[in-house]
Order: sequence, then C-alpha cells, then structure tokens
Amino acid sequence: MRATTLDNGLKVLVQEEHTAPLASVWCWYKVGSKDERPGLTGVSHWVEHMNFKGTTNIPRDQVKGIIEQYGGSWNGYTWIDQTTYLETATRDALDRMLFIESERMANCLYHPDDCESERTVIISELQGGENDPDQLLDQEVTATAFKAHPYQHPTIGWLPDLKAMTRDDLYGYYRRYYVPNNATLVIVGDVDTDEALRRVEHYFGGIQPGRDLERLRTVEPDQTGERHLTIRKEGTTAYLKVAFHAPSATDDRFVPIVILDAVLAGAKGLNLWSSFRTAPPQRSARLYRALVERGLASSVSGSIVPTQQPFLYTVSVTATDGTSLTSVEAATLEELDRVRQDGITDTELAKAKAQLKARLVFDNDSVTNIAHQLGYFETIASVDVFTALPSRIAAVTCEAVADAARSLLAPSNRTVGWFEPLPIGNGSGKSEVGSTKSEVRSLKSEV
Amino acid sequence: MNPTPPIQTSDFVLQTSTRRGLNPARAVLDNGVVLLAKHTTTTPAVSINLAIRAGSACDPPDAPGTTWLLSRVIDRGTAKRSAADIAEALDSRGITITIAVTRQLFSLVCTCLAEDFEAVLALLGEIVITPSLLDREIETRKGEVITAIRQDDDNPAVRASESLMALLYPDGHPYGRRTKGSIEVVETLTRDRLLHLHDQRFAPTELSAAIVGDVNPSHVHDVAAGVFGRWQNAAPPPITLPPVRHATRRQRLVIPMMNKAQADIAYGFTTITRRDPDYYAFWLMNNAFGQYSIARADPAYYAWWLMNHALGQYSMSGRLGDSIRERQGMAYYVSSSLDANVAEGPLVIRAGVSPANVDRAVASIDEEITRLITEGLTPKELDESRRYLIGSIPRALETNAAIASFLQIAEFFGLGLDYDVRLPDLLGAVTLDQANAAARRALHPERATIVIAGPYADVESDNRLIG
Repeated sequence: MRATTLDNGLKVLVQEEHTAPLASVWCWYKVGSKDERPGLTGVSHWVEHMNFKGTTNIPRDQVKGIIEQYGGSWNGYTWIDQTTYLETATRDALDRMLFIESERMANCLYHPDDCESERTVIISELQGGENDPDQLLDQEVTATAFKAHPYQHPTIGWLPDLKAMTRDDLYGYYRRYYVPNNATLVIVGDVDTDEALRRVEHYFGGIQPGRDLERLRTVEPDQTGERHLTIRKEGTTAYLKVAFHAPSATDDRFVPIVILDAVLAGAKGLNLWSSFRTAPPQRSARLYRALVERGLASSVSGSIVPTQQPFLYTVSVTATDGTSLTSVEAATLEELDRVRQDGITDTELAKAKAQLKARLVFDNDSVTNIAHQLGYFETIASVDVFTALPSRIAAVTCEAVADAARSLLAPSNRTVGWFEPLPIGNGSGKSEVGSTKSEVRSLKSEV
Repeated sequence: MNPTPPIQTSDFVLQTSTRRGLNPARAVLDNGVVLLAKHTTTTPAVSINLAIRAGSACDPPDAPGTTWLLSRVIDRGTAKRSAADIAEALDSRGITITIAVTRQLFSLVCTCLAEDFEAVLALLGEIVITPSLLDREIETRKGEVITAIRQDDDNPAVRASESLMALLYPDGHPYGRRTKGSIEVVETLTRDRLLHLHDQRFAPTELSAAIVGDVNPSHVHDVAAGVFGRWQNAAPPPITLPPVRHATRRQRLVIPMMNKAQADIAYGFTTITRRDPDYYAFWLMNNAFGQYSIARADPAYYAWWLMNHALGQYSMSGRLGDSIRERQGMAYYVSSSLDANVAEGPLVIRAGVSPANVDRAVASIDEEITRLITEGLTPKELDESRRYLIGSIPRALETNAAIASFLQIAEFFGLGLDYDVRLPDLLGAVTLDQANAAARRALHPERATIVIAGPYADVESDNRLIG
C-alpha cells in the first residue's frame, strides 16, 4: 500500500490487488453526525444524498449510469465520524470513478427542487427505521447514554430538524467539509500505482483546499449512575439493550474489549461494511449460553465498533415469546457481572484470538472490503491502526481483558433500555418513552 | 451398507472444462453426490456451499414450517458429536454455518480458513447425514422460531411480501406458504416428524457440494469423497409443484398496522420459469424497470439491512427508482425483483412510503407499468441494462462465497460449467422486441396483486382475500 498527500491536502492510499480485473475507489470525508450542531441534526446524511444529484459536469440523470455502463456498483454511507462514497467496477473504469469523485468533491449542484424532494425521501428512511422496534430502542438508548457529546443523536437526525432544514444549510455544510484537506481517497484493485496516482493528480490536483476546520471539543463527562429507559409501544416482541461507554479505536483498552466481546457474544470482525454478513461464531459464547441456550432469548449480540472518540459497547437481546424482560435483564447482567469479577480464561482468550484471526481474513475478501478498511481507519484515526490490528490482538493478555472489563462493565457506566410491547390494536401507534432521564441508581461512582 | 468407492482424482480433473472463465471442476460420486470445485488464491480461505434439493416445497402439506424448524435444529448434534462439541468446533475456528431454506433448496454455507477445510467439511457431512435432532434442542429452537414468527408479524415489509406470495400462489401452493410456518403448527412438530422429513428428502442424489477457495480441486475431491462417498439413502421422488394460475383480475389487500410509521407496498405478478427461453429477456426488462444495482444476492444488500447505524444510499436504478424516488421523492426504497424458478416465479415491486403517499405510489407504479407495456423500453435503456449486467459479472464472481453460490445456481438449473462464459452472449442476444414482449407477457395493472401493510386503511381492500 502506498500513501501520499497532494499539495491541496488530499490523502491518497493505493493498494494493488491483481486477483480480479476490478478496482474499487472510495472517497472518505472526515464529517459525520457528530459534527452537527443542534438544529441541524441529520445534515451530514442529507448532504450525502444530495451528492448523488448531479454536478456541474455530470447531468443529474447520468450520475449513476457512468459507472453502471461498466457493470459497476456505487453507493455511499454516513455515520457518526464519516461520510463516504464508493464505486467498484472493472479496472478500465478507474478514470471514470476518479472523475465522479472529483466532481462530487467540488461541483455538486444542490438544486432547490432536489433538496425539497429529498426531504421526503429522508423522512421516509427515518420512518422505515422507526418500523423496527430494535432500531428505535437503539436510538433511544444511545440518546440516553450521552448527555453532552453529539454521538447522542441519530445519524438520520431528529424529525423536527429534517422538516426545518434549508437548502442553504445543506449547501453551506457541503462547502465547509467537502474539501481535499478533509478527505482521503482510496484505490484498491488491479491497477498500477504510479499510473493511478497520476490520474488522481489530474482529477483532484486543481481543487482548492478549504480553511482549517474547527473540530469538536466536547468530551462526554463520566457517567455517575445507571440509566434506564423503557419504550412501551404496540408490538409483538420484547427487546433489551445494555450500553456501556467504551473507548475509542486508538485507546489501549479497545482491542481487549474486542476480545471481551468475542468471549461474551462471538467475534464479529471489525469491518462495518462486511462484518454483518454472517452471524458471529457464538454458540459457545457466554451470553449465548446464558440466554439463548436457556430459552430466555432468541438472539443476543454484542457491538463494539472502532470510532474516533469514545462511543458505546452494546449488548442487544431479543426475548423469546413469553419471557419477561426482568428475567432477561437479570440473566444478562449476571453474566456481565461475572466476567467483570472473574475475567476470562486462557482457553477463552485463545479462542477469541482464533476467531478474530479468521474474521480479519474473511473481512478482506474483495477489493471493495479492503478499500473500505483502509479508508475507514484513516478517517477515524490512521491507517496504521488497521495494519496494527493483528499485532495488537496477538498481544492481548487475560489481565488486559480483565482490567478493561472492570472499568467498562461497571454498573454506573451502563444504560439499560427496554422495548416492552403493548398488545396490538388496543391503543395508538405512538410510543411512550418512560424514564428517559438518568435514574441514578448508584450514587457512588464505580469507574 | 456397501461402501461406495470414490472415483479417481484423474477422472475429476479430466471433466474440468477447458474453456476460459471460472473453469470449475465437476464430478459425480457413485452415490450421486455432485462435487463442484474452483481453486482461488485471493485469501487463505475456503467457502463451502452444500445445497440439498429439500427446500420448503418439501414441507408436508399439513405442516408448513417443518423444513424451517429442521434447519434450526440440524446442526445441534450428530450421531458422534453433541451440540456443545459442534459449537466448540465452529467457534474455535471462527466459523458460522448459515443454514438457509428457499422454496427448492436447503443450504449449509460457511467460510473457513484453508487450514481448517478438511475438519470443517467432515463436520458438515456429519450434520447433513446423521443429525441427532434431540427433543431438548427441538424445544429450544421452537422457542426461537416462534419468536421470529412474532417478529415477522410486526414487520410491515415481511407482512406485505408474505401476503403477496399467498395471494399469487393460493390454495396451499408451496410458493405461497410461509417458510417459517405458523405458531400453531410449529408447536405441534415432533422429533419423529423432523426425522421422517430428513429421512425422506436428504439423500446423496439430492446433494450438490460447491467448494471454492485456496484448496486444490483434486484434494477437494478426495476429502469430499471420504466424507460423502459412503452415504446411502434412497433417492426421493421428484418434487411436484401444482400448476401456477396467473391472476386474471386486480387484487388489493390492506393490512392495517397502525403502530408503524411507514407503509410497505408489495405489488406483483407471476411470471415464468427459470428454464423459459424468454428468461434473459425478462431479466433485462426487469433490470431496466427497477432492479437493484445491489442485487439481493449481494452480501452488501444484507449488510445494509443489518446495519442499524450507518445510513446509506439505497442503490437503485431503472424507471421505478427514477420516478418514485428521484423525481417524486416519495420513497426511500422502490425496486423490482424477478425470481424465475422451477415453477413460474414472481416479479415483485416493493416500496416503503409514508402512509400519506400510498395511493400516489401505487398509482405511479401502475403508470410506469402502463408506459412500459405500451411504449416499451428504448434502445438506449436496453443497451444500458445489458452493459450493466454483462459488466457486473466479474464483480459478482469476485469472492469465494459468490462463486460457490453461482456454481450452485448453474448446477440446479442445469446451466453448464461454462455458464459464466456464455452468459454475456445470452444477454447480448436479447432484442428490444423480446424485452418488450416480456413486459407485455407478464405485466398489466389490471392483473396486478397489491398488498399494503402499515399505518394505512382504506375501503378498497378486498377483504375476502384476508385469511
């Protein structure tokens, strides 16, 4: 992999992979929903949508066709730290892919009619998410776990903000953050590095850098007591989530927590783009045995994702039909307390490392997935964090996991959320959220 | 039971296609098991895809969901290993077996490190041939299945899709039944019924094993022959499907789900079989009309659904996306999918819209269909779709898992070892007239079946359709 930076500040990563006649291009921007101020929640994601609607040199109806005529796929996504765009196509489309991304960086149109029609698309996307009780609970638990940090609000944004946002809000945000000195371009595939870099200079070299961006300074204060919330809404199934404030990707405790999660719920891998393809290997994992094998839950999962700033470690449980959330919560917390008290065994550590070794291989089986990983880590931290993962995993000890578990899983660090289904047809469809404010069950901090 | 001697490795290699392209090796063991192998070196990993012709179409007519429950229990113990042993064998290698049930196939799929290939295939063989199906495991998995059915009952997209299939394929047709079955039936299922189904439908003649990755095909053959070569069970009778009756009138069903924020629309027709000579014309027509750019078989498609947090573009193309999402801004997703199968499969248009936009969205779909069958596709649209589908072949065959899945489809429908090489020509031969004739043959608003599930109620719904 070769890394270089253009004069205008654009970081470029190129990795040759000659196993298939394909190339994948990703353009990453260091802007996500954590960069949004109150009143503009959801703007990063809406801007992402607008950046598929034509540029000065690409008519609106040709944005997708340029890549599709090469059989290529295109997409983009927005999350808390990043916004990214990709094309994967046959290698002869490399020039077209670079052209599109350079246009996206500098020349998007933001026609007022397009902004308006996209408002309803995004509200539809939000409503689709609300149809899923598990997703609704995730949103509320995250909002409750954070008091100050903008990781608090969902990437889709709050509905009132989406209704009020203007074209100028969108365009101003686009112009501020879509500059070469805030971006990383990644090329992986059947390419020649020198030639690829020449083409990158051709398309991107003339784009002017933006001014230095003022970055977020908010640090979430330590949580001082357990928080609990309950959503009561018509539905058929009960869900539980337990979220803990967790360290960022560069923190020494991050990889031990990845190991801890593997022991509790099975290793997922660390690729937000591809790790969700299959369920983790979890049948011998502690939470699976305590909940699913005992018939209390139909599924359990853990989630620790590399982020720029401290985010959450979340355990999600689907209660089996007829099982109370009280008993599901008790069994979950009992397991979490046990690992916090006793740590993990050597055998568990070895198994977790073997799982992660396999998952890192499985997560890098295509040019698209490899390119995602390079760009993702460069955007939230540094590509070196990605390349160092195998050695960091190998170096983890049982003691490191036990230390991480003691601070992570402290009761005062957790937020517990319930989705309690009400009988369908007996009330309104609106949800009732109870106890969303912090219930400080333990006044004594247990960090 | 007489052990079946495996065929010689040299025979296996001799049957390898010599044309360019994927060039997979294929062999048939004496007991009927089909082996498909392809050597790749992209990663030090191997994808294993075992497909048994024992999908939900094999469910006993009085017990839909039996195959699905079998799929939940089959890997929870074998004659030699307990569920805990299997869990340890999988987890210690970082492996997950995905067991899927479609109308026609029961599949076990996993990816493992190349160094684990022999041990993993041996384990999968035990699971397929000698599952223990213990009562305690059945009871636990029943609880999971019942919970999943309850979750589906609260999911407008699932409700709309399943109800559409029930209307398109009525009177107990296997394509119209819920794959998971009903809670009432699942509760009554016993170990004997699962054992009986397994004994009746799982046989070497029904198994096709596709193995793709960093392992030599001759070694694949030797290992697979050792695992499956001695398996004996009588070939089951062929699965017979009732004839499909195409709708002759428009049907519309509304499933009010007032606890939801968005309505899901499923709008469809029965179409053709996969073996129909017009299949490629249908495929191109559907692509131009509204197929996902991300195919449903693409892992990325599932990643989008499963990833609650990151929000992305829903990659879509064609007239439906242009009209309903891009021009009118009515829906986050709208697309059409074609599932030509053994019987005449469906073409289904799906959209998620605000309840206030349901009527407009249905009217727009009607309008686009009318425009398609009266004016037809333009030469440019057909050309763009053709270039897209042909150009996407290398991308669709990049990963081991995708290649294994492709080989299984080619095997199931008898498309040949060189199908990937012939596919561009098959798509290239479709004329504009053929694509437009495909649209006229299958689509018409007056014969559409429409289901709307969500916070929406109207008086037009044909309530006779409920139940």
